[in-house]
Order: sequence, then C-alpha cells, then structure tokens
Amino acid sequence: MPAPSRELPWFPGAILAALVLTAVFAPYLAPQSPTEGDITQKLIPPVWMERGEGRHPLGTDRFGRDVLSRVIYGSRISLVVSLLAIGLSGTFGTALGLISGYRGGFTDSLLMRFTDIGLSLPTILIAVVLVAVSEPSFRNVVLVISLLLWPRFARQIRGETLGIKEQDFVALAVVAGRSSTWIISRHIFPNVVPTLLVISTLQVGYVILLEGTLSFLGVGVPPPNPAWGLMIADGRGFLATAWWITLFPGVAMLLTVLAVNLMGDWLRDHLDPKLRQLGSRAETEPAAIEPVPEARPRGAAAGADGG
Amino acid sequence: MWRYLIGRALQTLLSMLVVISIVFFLTRLSGNPVHLLLDVNASERDQQILMHHLGLDKPLPVQYGIYVMNIFVGDFGNSVLTRRPVTEHIWERLPATVELGFVAMFLSVLIGVPLGMYSAVHRGSMLDSAARVFAVLGQSMPAFWLGLMLILIFAVVLGLFPAGGRGGVENIVLPAFTLGYFTSAAILRLTRSAMLEVLGSDYIKFARLKGLHEQIVLWKHGLKNALLPVVTFAVMLFVQFLGGAVVTETVFAWPGLGRLILESITTRDYPIVQAGVLVLSALYLVGNLFVDVLYSYLNPRIRHARA
Amino acid sequence: MAAAPLLVVEDLKTHFFTRRGVTKAVDGVSFTLHAGETLALVGESGSGKSVTCLSLVRLVPEPAGRIVGGRVLLEGEDLLTKSPGEMRRVRGKKIAMVLQDPMTSLNPALTIGTQVSEVVRLHQGLRGGALRERVLSALRRLRISAADTRLGQYPHQFSGGMRQRVSSAIGLSCEPRLLIADEPTTSLDVTIQAQYLELLKEVQAAAGVAIILVTHDFGIVAAIADRVAVMYAGRIVEMGTTLEVFNNPSHPYTRALLRCLPDVGLGRQQLVEIGGQPPDLSRLPAGCPFAPRCPERQSICEEQSPPTVSVGDGHLAECWATKAVGSQQ
Repeated sequence: MPAPSRELPWFPGAILAALVLTAVFAPYLAPQSPTEGDITQKLIPPVWMERGEGRHPLGTDRFGRDVLSRVIYGSRISLVVSLLAIGLSGTFGTALGLISGYRGGFTDSLLMRFTDIGLSLPTILIAVVLVAVSEPSFRNVVLVISLLLWPRFARQIRGETLGIKEQDFVALAVVAGRSSTWIISRHIFPNVVPTLLVISTLQVGYVILLEGTLSFLGVGVPPPNPAWGLMIADGRGFLATAWWITLFPGVAMLLTVLAVNLMGDWLRDHLDPKLRQLGSRAETEPAAIEPVPEARPRGAAAGADGG
Repeated sequence: MWRYLIGRALQTLLSMLVVISIVFFLTRLSGNPVHLLLDVNASERDQQILMHHLGLDKPLPVQYGIYVMNIFVGDFGNSVLTRRPVTEHIWERLPATVELGFVAMFLSVLIGVPLGMYSAVHRGSMLDSAARVFAVLGQSMPAFWLGLMLILIFAVVLGLFPAGGRGGVENIVLPAFTLGYFTSAAILRLTRSAMLEVLGSDYIKFARLKGLHEQIVLWKHGLKNALLPVVTFAVMLFVQFLGGAVVTETVFAWPGLGRLILESITTRDYPIVQAGVLVLSALYLVGNLFVDVLYSYLNPRIRHARA
Repeated sequence: MAAAPLLVVEDLKTHFFTRRGVTKAVDGVSFTLHAGETLALVGESGSGKSVTCLSLVRLVPEPAGRIVGGRVLLEGEDLLTKSPGEMRRVRGKKIAMVLQDPMTSLNPALTIGTQVSEVVRLHQGLRGGALRERVLSALRRLRISAADTRLGQYPHQFSGGMRQRVSSAIGLSCEPRLLIADEPTTSLDVTIQAQYLELLKEVQAAAGVAIILVTHDFGIVAAIADRVAVMYAGRIVEMGTTLEVFNNPSHPYTRALLRCLPDVGLGRQQLVEIGGQPPDLSRLPAGCPFAPRCPERQSICEEQSPPTVSVGDGHLAECWATKAVGSQQ
C-alpha cells in the first residue's frame, strides 16, 4: 500500500486557501453588489454564451443580480456559519466531554445518556422545525446547527479523556493535590486538541451542507442574503431557461465541501491515527464487533438527505 | 444481550419523549396559536372560547400532559386548513415516502456493494480510483443541487424522465438516485474497507490454503463477513430515508410526508407539522432500534452470547 | 532412507519488492523431506520461516512478494511451474497448512461443518451421506467429541485449543502428503500445547504425513521433530537431525538460540539473550549476515559469504568458524 504523503494535499489546500481569501476580500473581488440588481438586466446568461455580457461573467438572476458576486459573497455566509456553529458546539461539547470523561461515575452516565439521545435525533427534521417556528434568521441557523452538533464532540472527547485520565502525569498531578479544573485544563485539554481539530474539520463540510439545505428549504438564512442554498432555491424555477443561477452556487458548495472533507481525512490520518473510525468516511463505517451504541455509525443520520 | 436490548429500548423511548417535548414547547413558544387560527378581527370573547376549546387556558404542565396522552392514543387533532383529522393526511402521504426510501435503498446497495467489492479486490486499479472519486463526490455533493442538476440534464435537456411528481417507474428514477447517491457512496466506502479488512484476515488465507477457487474465497468467505456491517447500514439508511427525505421530496415534488411537513410550515398548519415530525421521528427511532436488534442477531458471536 | 524424498526444495528465493528496495525474505533455501518425517524450521521472527512455507504453496502476498528462483519438487513435480488451477488442486489436497492463530483462521460467519465439508467436497468429490461421514471422521480423528452436534456450531463456540484441532482436522481431512504447521501452538496454553502436539504425533504416525513445523521454541522441536533447520536472514544456517543439532550445535547462532533456553534440568533459570538486532533484509551486509552479532566473528566473516560445511551425517552448517566433520566446543 502506498504510504499517505506527508505534505499537505495540494488540491484541497488550494481550494480552501482560495475560499478563505475570497471570503475575506469579497468586496474587492466581487464585480457587483451581491444584493442589489438592475431588474432590466435580469436573467443574462454567462459571458461565453450568446447575449452574455462582460459585466456579469456568470450571468444574472431573476432580479438582475450578478451571480458571480453573489457566489463570492456566499462564501462568507458558509464560512461564518460553520465557524460559529462549530465554535459554539465544539466549546460546549468539549467541555461536556472533558467533564464527563474525567468525572466518570454518575455524572458520566447522565451526560452520556443525554449525548446518546442527542445523537439519535433525526437531525434535518428537527432543524427544519426549530428554524421554521423560530423565524429564519442567521442567528437561529447557527444556534440550531450548534444544538444538533455538540453531541458528536462530547462523545469523542469523552472517549479521549478516558484514555488520558489513566496516564501517569494525571495521577502525579492528582497526588500533588491539583484541582480538577487545573488538571483538566492543563493536562487533559492540550492532549485532546489534535482530536478536536480533526473532528472540527470533518464537521465543517457537514455544517455547510446542513446550512445549505436549510437555506434551500427556506428555513435558513433569509433572503436577500446571498447564501448558496438560497441561490439554488431561487434558480429552481428557472432551471429550463436560466440554469446558471442554480449551477454555479452548487459548484462552489461542492468544491468547498469536497476540499474540507479531503482535508479532514488527511488531518485524521496524520494527526490522529486513532481516529480512523471517525469522520466523513467514518460516519458511515460501523465497527464490526460489539453491539454497544458506538458500534453503529452515528450521525450519518443527517447526511442521508442533507449531504 | 437482553440487558443491552432493554437499555436500547428505554433509550429510544426517552429520545421519543425528547422529540415530543421539543415539538410541544416550540409550538407553544412560537406565539399563541389562536392568533393563527382566528381572523385578526376576532373578538376577545371568540378568542377566549377558542382558547378554552383548545385547552390553552389550562396551566402549561397540564397542557403538556394532555398533549402527551393524546399522542399515545394516536389523536393528533385536525388540520387547521382542511379540518380533516391530521392522521388522515399523514396516512395519505406515508406510502410515497416509504416507496421512495425502499427504491433508494436498493439502488444504493446495488451500486455500492459491487463497486466496493471490486475496489477492494483490485485495490489501486483505475476502477478503484474512479470508485473512490465517485464516493468522495457523493459525500460532498448537496443533495438538493444534485437533484436539480439531474432534472436539468435528464428531464429538461434529454427529456428522458419526468421532472417531478409520483406515478410510474420513470417518476422514481431521478429522486431515488438523488437520495441514493450519497448513501451508495457511503456503502461503497464501507464495503471497500470491510472487504479489505476481511481480505487481510487469516481465515481468507486459510480458505486459499484449502485450495478453494478464488471466486469462492471472495464471495463465500469474504463477502459474508464484510456484509454484516453493510446490511445493517443499508437498513439504517432506509430508516433515515424515512426520517429525512424532506429535501428530495421537495426538489421532485414527490408527495411524501417530508414535503407535507414543509408545505404545512408555509401554511402554518402546525398540527400537521407536529404530527408529521413526530411520526417521522418515531419511525426513525424505532427503525434504529430495529437495526441494533438486527445487528446483534446477524452477528453469530453476539447472538450466542446470552450473558 | 532409500525411498525418493517427498519434497525437495532447491535454492528457493522469495523477494519482496517495495518502495524501500528489495527485501530478500527467503534467499536460497534448500532442504529435502521424506514421507512421514517431521522437519522443524527454527529461527527468530523475520528470519523467513513463514515466507518459506507460503512459498511452498505459492501464496506469498502479492504483488509485493514474488518467488524469484529455485525449484519446489513435490513427488518429483515442480510446483513453481504449475498453473494456478493445478496449484489449487495441490493446496488442501497434497499440502495442507495450519496457521498460527486458531482464533482468526476459521471463518466466523460459517459453521464448522461448512468449513470442513467444503474442502472434502472439493478435493474428494464426496456428496451427501458419504461427505458427512468423512467430515465426522476427520473431526473425530482429532478427538473432537460430539462431532455431529458440533458441525452446526460457529467457531466462537469453540475454545482456542479446540479451534486448532478443527483447523488441523480441515488440513488433514483430504489425506495430504505434507502438513505445514506455522507456529500452531504459540497462542495456546502450555497444557493444551502438549495435548495438541501429542495428538499431532499420533495422527502423523497413523496417516504417514510429513510435517514442516515452524516454531521458535526448542522445547517443541525436541518433543516432535526428526530434523531441525535453523534459519537466519532468509537462509538455512544449520540443518541436521534433532539429536545432532542439540548435542553438537555447529553454528554460533544455533548455540546462541540454545543458550536462550531456560535449562530446567539443571535448575538454572538464567535466560541469555542474543545481543543485537536481526538484520534489515533489504540491505544485508557483505559476508555472513550473522557476523555483526556473532561472538566468534573473524575478519573474513564480514567479507565473504560462509561456506556450507558438513559436520556429520546430513548435518550441515554455514559458517567460517566451523570445521568440517569435527566437534566444536
């Protein structure tokens, strides 16, 4: 078997770098406003087609808004939503996992029952209802996704903590009379950081797809924001006449998620070989032996339709 | 084993209660339903009467109790729009969702298992690389966008399949493939990795040492072991299709339960949303429980462990 | 022994081609084996014992591993020139093999009955009642009690020792001429080990099968082997009858291995370890591969490959320090 290469994979690396730069410098890159259009300029095809115009390289939508500019600004939404949602759920899930794993006993059983229930919920369905009844808004999308995401962090970090807890340096710190908080933050947390990094990366793709799905269904980021999912929903009615409205945001989304997934797989293989049963692949790969709850793939749940 | 199953059953029940509670409190928190049901000009007295009629004048815990009781006897109330019992609406739509789920599951197994087998046996070949690209794409592609692209290519441009609706065989091809692509990619990866693990095992070596034909080694000794996680996974997929086909049903105007829920969100027909989400969640949770039972049954090592 | 040998291996070479270079796992191994005889292959892990065995049945892990030279004559026919189909009719029928770990060598998803009967059906062409009888007698021969009820059971319902008996029953079910046992007792308890070896000897006496026993345990060698071949770095460095090799070890490596044994008879529990590491087979030094670790190293050892020296009737050693037909020590 060829050994996986040590260097950063260039393909996903380049896409991700381009994506981040695009998001940061969107105002300088976008040729037009992402939210305002000239209604007289509506449904113009991409530049290489007949009737195409140089001002709108990827054409315009039904309000005459520039598709390229919207795709460029859309990267901001995808990135910000995933950073916030993962930051929020990651913090909460990690804290819970650390406490659960370190404390053990009753605390652990209680927290893990919660986590199991969280993991067993039909993600998309709950997300749709949560956002729908609470009025679609940027903030609600982030909150709802975080709410559905934390158990994944909690379970994995708890598992890590259990292992680290048994090591000598922790025992020494306990003997030295250090407080639990000190031990968790100084000794255990630094050791779960690689795992945390891997799970976070692997969740980015999932969050982007989930956000896109919610926006597409009209229960995500509200219009006129240039969210990719929203743009795709917008173009749906014009599929036969103006396919470019639908195609380009989808390609942007596909490339982004692809790059993040490849990067996540690579990180997992290199930072943390223990995590091989985890991740974009692993969500679908059950361990083969015990019928403990972990023996089945969790979380593939939402992916089935959202991914 | 029995202890484990009973534990799982209890957990399923708990998860169901959590879903019920989420739905209850969300619909109660999102404003007074009376305002939605009545005309804006309705008198104070009319509002009182309706509040009383719906039991909304009782304290919240009592309302919750009544609500849970009603669910357990299968009474979900009437649709706000049609005044017909909600259960009738649900029963109308459920078969379409089940049908789509079934076909999508078979499609993904039919694509995923042979490709995964081939990939594992001919590791490093051209087709293996192609299959992995297929898989990685499948896990990074937004389902709703894929659906639209399929409509664009196969319905709009080529005119091979209808763009939506339910009816003959030709209607189900595109939605089933959309729903099944992600999962066939997942099944492919799962089959491949399971098969690779099996192929490296001693019992495969031993089977070859017996002088068995390579095809018998692969299909009888290999696949049977690799299939255990795959079968479990396929059934779980089906369950997830039930729980989350919202997106595909929306894209293809497939008259299933997911689409009913989404339509009812738009028309603010909350009794249907509630009931729909609860029914789908129940299917999802019970289905997952069933998968666990099936998994323990299929695995002879676990089946015989009657501890 | 006047009869023609059952197995003749001549200058067998199996190399592994990897990115890091060519690993010469087996590099010029020759030996002969007569019907009913037991040859023990002894050496540290990585010395090429297992690869030698897999080469005999041509199941070296491909594509990295390849047999690059030599001949393997079974009853006069060269196995290395046979077609894959012909080779399948040798495996399981003429040459059977038992693997090291009984816990993993039986298929967990198939019943014992299926796993025994498929090989009997394939090689003996038996069906129905005759097949069942043959399967049962194969199991009974290895003293598996209540064989008929055990047919429907899965491997996990058997203990480790029982599983190794099942594997052996499968191996011996088609009356092979040669049984290769790759460390068959390593993962068994000591008492089970002894039982298993007794049983193996008994079956061998009854069936007249030749055995190649891979092991690193001289205790097992003493108990069961007629002859011993000591392997180091892909070559046989000393070969002779068990008695000869024990009484007159003629290669420094053999002596080192024997010193590693706890000498229970004298009540000494002192274990001596051989200093140094086994060599990297992808970059062997010039001269004798054992030279860097050898206590009797001479300057020539690091320059030229050692000659094969005969130290007795059929007792050979590959060493510069060993004198032909004469006692060391």
